[in-house]
Formats: sequence, C-alpha cells, structure tokens
Amino acid sequence: MSASNEYTPATTTGRIANFVDSRVGASGIVKEFGRKIFPDHWSFMFGEVAMYTFVLLLLSGTFLTFFFDPSMAHVVYEGSYVPMKGLGMSTAMASTMDISFDVRGGLFMRQVHHWSALLFVASLSVHMLRVFFTGAFRRPRELNWVVGGVLLIMGMAAGFTGYSLPDDLLSGNGLRIIDGVMKALPIVGTYLSMFFFGGEFPGEHVIQRLYSLHIMIVPAVIILLIVIHLFMVVTHKHTQYPGPGRTNDNVVGFPVGPVYAAKAGGFFFIVFGIVALIAGLFQINPIWNYGPYDPSPVSAGTQPDWYIGFVDGALRLMPGVLGNFSFEWNIPFPWGTNTLVLSVLLPALVPAGAIFMVMFAWPWIERWVTKDNREHHLLDRPRNAPFRTAMGMAGVTLYSVMWAAASSDLIATHFHVSLNDVTYWLRTLFFLGPIFAFWLTRRICLSLQRKDREIVLHGREAGIIQMSPEGAFTEKHEEVDVYKRYLLTNFVDRQYIPAEPDAAGHVSGSEKRRAMISKFFFEDRVAPVTPSELEAAHAAHGHHEVEGNKADSIEK
Amino acid sequence: MKALSKKRRHPLAAVALLLFGLLITGSLYTAAGNISEAKAAETTAASQSDVDSGQKLFAANCATCHGMHAEGSDSGPSLIGVGAAAVDFQVGTGRMPMQMQGPQAQAKPAQFDDKQISQLAAYVASLGAGPSVPDEEYLDTTEGDAAHGGTVFRVNCAMCHNAAAAGGALTRGKFAPTLTGVTEKHIYEAMATGPQNMPVFNDSNITPDEKRDVITFLKTIEANGSAGGAALGSLGPVAEGLFTWTAGLGIIIAFTIWLTSRPS
Repeated sequence: MSASNEYTPATTTGRIANFVDSRVGASGIVKEFGRKIFPDHWSFMFGEVAMYTFVLLLLSGTFLTFFFDPSMAHVVYEGSYVPMKGLGMSTAMASTMDISFDVRGGLFMRQVHHWSALLFVASLSVHMLRVFFTGAFRRPRELNWVVGGVLLIMGMAAGFTGYSLPDDLLSGNGLRIIDGVMKALPIVGTYLSMFFFGGEFPGEHVIQRLYSLHIMIVPAVIILLIVIHLFMVVTHKHTQYPGPGRTNDNVVGFPVGPVYAAKAGGFFFIVFGIVALIAGLFQINPIWNYGPYDPSPVSAGTQPDWYIGFVDGALRLMPGVLGNFSFEWNIPFPWGTNTLVLSVLLPALVPAGAIFMVMFAWPWIERWVTKDNREHHLLDRPRNAPFRTAMGMAGVTLYSVMWAAASSDLIATHFHVSLNDVTYWLRTLFFLGPIFAFWLTRRICLSLQRKDREIVLHGREAGIIQMSPEGAFTEKHEEVDVYKRYLLTNFVDRQYIPAEPDAAGHVSGSEKRRAMISKFFFEDRVAPVTPSELEAAHAAHGHHEVEGNKADSIEK
Repeated sequence: MKALSKKRRHPLAAVALLLFGLLITGSLYTAAGNISEAKAAETTAASQSDVDSGQKLFAANCATCHGMHAEGSDSGPSLIGVGAAAVDFQVGTGRMPMQMQGPQAQAKPAQFDDKQISQLAAYVASLGAGPSVPDEEYLDTTEGDAAHGGTVFRVNCAMCHNAAAAGGALTRGKFAPTLTGVTEKHIYEAMATGPQNMPVFNDSNITPDEKRDVITFLKTIEANGSAGGAALGSLGPVAEGLFTWTAGLGIIIAFTIWLTSRPS
C-alpha cells in the first residue's frame, strides 16, 4: 500500500479500527469470511451445539479446577453435608463435596459441567448420524468424517476421565471395570493395570493421572481437532439439501455476516441458557448419595454415563459360560499358565471396535462398492439411499440394543419384567435386531421411493370423490408443483454394477466380492421418474387435474 | 362435527386418536383399580385375649397357605419361630395376605388395622421364639449416627436397594423396593427378619444400634431432599442420559427449527 492513497480516518474509533486493520488485515478476513454462504436447515446445527457445549465445558471446567484437588490422600470429611461428616475419603472426593456444598455456586457449576458433557457427546452423535444418513461424508469430505469420528472418541474419553475424578462409589465402580478389562488382555493385562493404577487397584495415583488427561491432553486434542474440522468445513464449503436452484457447484443460503453471525451468536446463548436451566433444575451425579469409593460395595443401578453405556451393556449381555462351554480359558505356557478371559475381552473390545471400524471405513466402503468417486455437495434424502440408510439403522440398532442392556436392571424394575428375560431378549436382539432393522429400513425406504414416484406420476390424492354416471367412485388427483417434483425426481440413481474385468481382462477376486455386495445393495431399487415416463403419465390422465394448479416446467 | 371430520387427514390425526384411546383406557383401568382396592380395605375384627383373636384372624386369613397351625403347606412356609417382627412387617406393609402369586409379595395398603396386626403377631409369636417388634429406642432417629449408618448401608444394602435407596432389580422378576416412605419400624423389622428375598441381618451381623444408624441415614437423606434440583428418580446415569436425549436434545431441536424457520 503506497503512502499517497492511505486512508486517514476522521474519528477516534475509526483511527483505532484502522490501526488494528492495517496491522492484522481484519477487513480482509471479514470480507472473505463474512461473505461465506451457509445453507439454512435445522439438522445442520448439531455440530454447532457440540461446539457451544464444549465452550461451556471449558468455562465451567476451569471454575471447577479452582477448587478441585485431584489427590488420593486420605482425609476425614468435615464439610457441611451431615450424613457424611467424619467419614474417611480421598481428598478428591472431599474437595468435590466441598464444591457441591461449601463453594458458592459450586454445585451449579458442577451440574453445568456434567449436563453439558452429556449434551456435548449427544450432539456430536446426532451430528454424525445426520452426516451419515444424508451422505455428507462422501468425497471430498471423507477425511473430515474421520476427524469427526475421532472427535466423538475424544469426547467419550473426556467424559470418562471426568466421570472418574470425584472418586465416589460410582466412579470407582467404573474404574474397576476398566481395571477388569485391562487385566483381561492376554499376557500384558496385569502389567498394564499395575502401570495405570500405580500398583494394585485402586492404588493412590490414578486420579492424578486421569486429571492430567482430563484437563490437558484430551481437551487440547479436542480443540486441535475442532480447528482442523472447521478449517475443512470452510475449505469444502457446506453441503446442502437438494432442491430447485441448488446444484453441486453452488451453495444456496445466507452469508455469515450479518445473518449467521447473528443467528449463531444468538444460538450460542440459547444453548448456554438451556444448559443453565437444566443444571439449575435437575440434579446430576449426586456423589453424596453414592458415598466415598471403597472397593467392597457396589450400588444397584451402577451405570456409566450414557456414551459408555453401550460397552457396559455388551458386558452385561455376554454370558460367562454357554452350557458347558466356558469363555474363560487357562492356557498353559512353558513359563506358566496364562488366562484368556473371553467373557470380558470379547464384549469390552469387539462390538465397540467393530462399530467404530465400520464407521471410519464407511466412506471408502461406499466408494468401493458404488464406484462413485465424484464430488458430492448435494445431500441424499435418506430414502434415496436405501442401502446406506439400512446399514446405518442396522448399526443404530446394534448400538441401541447394547445401550438398552446397560439399563437392563431398570427396564426390569420399571416395566415389571424379569431381569433374566430382559437379558435373553436383548441377547437375541443383539444378533437378529440389526438384520431385521436392515431389512425393514430398506423396505421402508423403497416404499417411500415408490410413493414419491406415484406422487410424481399420478399426483397426490386431492380428497375430492367423484361419482361417474355409471355410479363408480373415483378420487381426483392433484398434480404436484414443479418445485416439489424437482425434489422428488432428482437424486443419485445407484445401480448394481456387475464385476468388471481389469485392463488385462482378468476379473479379480476383490472385484467379484465388490460385485456381490453391489448386487446385495442395489438389486432392489426404485429408479427416478424419467421425463418420458412423466409425459406418458400426463397424457394418460391429464383430465384429472384440479383447477388452480400451475404446472410449468422448471429450468434445471 | 364437520370441522372435526375435515381434520381427519391431518398428519397428527392418528397420534391424537391414539392418545385419546390410551387416555380412555387408562382412566377406566384406574377407576376399576380404585374400586377393588376400596373393597379390600374393609375387614372385620374380633377381640378377646390377643392370642386368641390372633388365632381366629390367622385361621380366617392366613391358614389357606400357611396351614391351620402355621405349620406351612406347599403354598406357604411355616411361620413357627418367625417372630412377631416378621408378622408386623409382612402384614403391616400389606404384603400379607398376598395380593397375588408372583416372584415376590408386593406391598399394598395394609389389610388389617394396628390392633389386628398386633393380635396376629401375638399369635405367631406364641408358636415359637423369634425376633420381636423393636423397642422405640432403636427407632429414634435423633439418637442415630447418619454418617456411620450410610457406611453400613453402602456395604450391606446398596447393592440391591441402590445407594440412594431408590430400589433395584433382582433375578427373575424379583426386586428390592425403594425405601423412601417406609416407616422406621418396618425398616428395622425387614433387617431383622429378611422378608421375601432379603437376607437376614441379625443382631450380631448389624447390631441394633447400627440398625438405628441405618434408619437414621435413610430418614436423613429422605428429609434432605435432593440438593441441586429434581433427582430424576435417583436412578443414576441412565435417567440422566435419558433426560439428555429427550428433554435436552428436544429443547435444542425445537430451537434449531425455530431459528432456521425464521425469515432472515
């Protein structure tokens, strides 16, 4: 910038603004980022909710660190909660009790922290479900899907390390399960547990270690991942739902400045308000009910927070023996006998591992099966991708069965059924539920697609019944308007792609497998209505049209 | 009626109809339940010496299952030696006479008044020695130590009854009930006699003083209410997670829809 045409502001405010702008180039950033367009849809806002609850977590968490002492040194509680006065407990528990009963606003902040943690992981999950079911993970967004998945795991890690910190009975029971899972690992298990707990469980170090992870490493990784995630969102631009005027090359919506700056800013405070309201009105994790941790008692209704629930549920579903077959093996080695406790190892690691592996790999699996390597900025309506929606629902069902199993005792008491029966049913559903859900979801999707075809070709039922001179009754059909028709007819039509030979004319084994899956996914399909079909339908019953309906063509 | 019939194709019509049907069925069921309950509460009593009256009551109400002389039958256990405390608990909480056969007897409004219960207890106690109804001094919560009682409770009771005494599930439809609203006397008697599926905590296991501490703990947490807001049933993380996914996310989704439906 040459000195001759340098802008000289007239007011003080202007001078300060110019001083800042000429040094950091803020106006350039605002100009570039402020004109960024985002499409408007309620289902796009869960990522935002996750981010806002995370900010809330940082703020309330910082407040809690002022008063929390992560030491496992033994103290006698002398705070103001009478039913615990004079009890021995760890400093961590005692300081959490002080936060709850003796620090002004402490209990509220604890509850804000815990409720927003539950909401943080919940909104992350819903956000991921939205991205999955609408196909927003497709090229070019595969890596961002993976970053999102890691964020979910880090969210769970942050939650679990935090759950364990107060050193009350519930958190101690949770750690005992982690200890059990660690010890179930073959050969290294006992060593790993000893390293982690600094000796035999519970030891005197684990709370400090979890505290370091909880307030430093895990949040730092989450912040880093959020930055990467948002950077990629800006680079890729936001996806949008299909509709007239929305193409793969544009984004239809509103600019960040002023619309989204205001909306998102307002929404930030709305989320704050909702969490504050919940935290003010509803109790969460009442550690004074559970009491200090002691390895001997376990309370009925001991569960992890919801996001770890599915692993706990899998543990509850797993039988220790099946008839005469024991899942606990003692394997003799030259150096002695090693145990392999499959009844712990299998449920603790396999379902969670499988779910996350398929989740991370899904964009590549789908690309491989469909041979679709195009960029997609337009989302799928879930019904228009029956195979994906069905796979997703199978996964959701598997997860939900395990999730329900974590509350099997409460299902038994609250619905007055036998706990054993609940377990047997859930075991059955664990295997059959996903298959049934896949079949049912695909059928529903295909039926909805057929209904869409029906509506496009024959219009919607107008509710007007006519009687012909012969006495026959017919219902008038109202033709859908062009905008609606555009939505119903324009979608990615995926078809079965048979195995194709490579350049050398050889059909490889993996190609055959791909073709098999492709056949399984796309053998049943409902094709979008073609213009000629539409014309034929119009010619066949144009006289059914209801007055007041403008059916003109739309420019694509 | 015309306005109603116009709305029959409304997307929420089926939901409204379902809700209406459920409401009707529910109210009828509740009404029917109340009527039969009212009948059950009416009983007649006679009184001579306590044991004799008790024996008559026993023969009329209990003998079908427990035998004419409380010797037991295929349908019910022998009551010789169970003591007055067991009778006072079972009959006093309405568990006996049993409303229906099931995994365990369920509490219902007591069928006999205090006098009749004491007569029944006197009769059963006369058959053989057993735990008696506790003295007032062991029920006085002003004397107990809530903190110690809490420790005893967590070690001995919480695995079935839940750390906050909200109750929990046992195998095959059995359950440990919530202890909220149970009288001091009945809590003591339950510990001393081990009703239904509960183990007996005799005086050498949990001393009478410790039993009083446990009662004091239970009554203290009951009186304290729930610090920090509604307790959501004191059921722990499941209730909290359910609340997050329903109410929490529900409110947030409502706001997202509102925000994106506003013209900018």
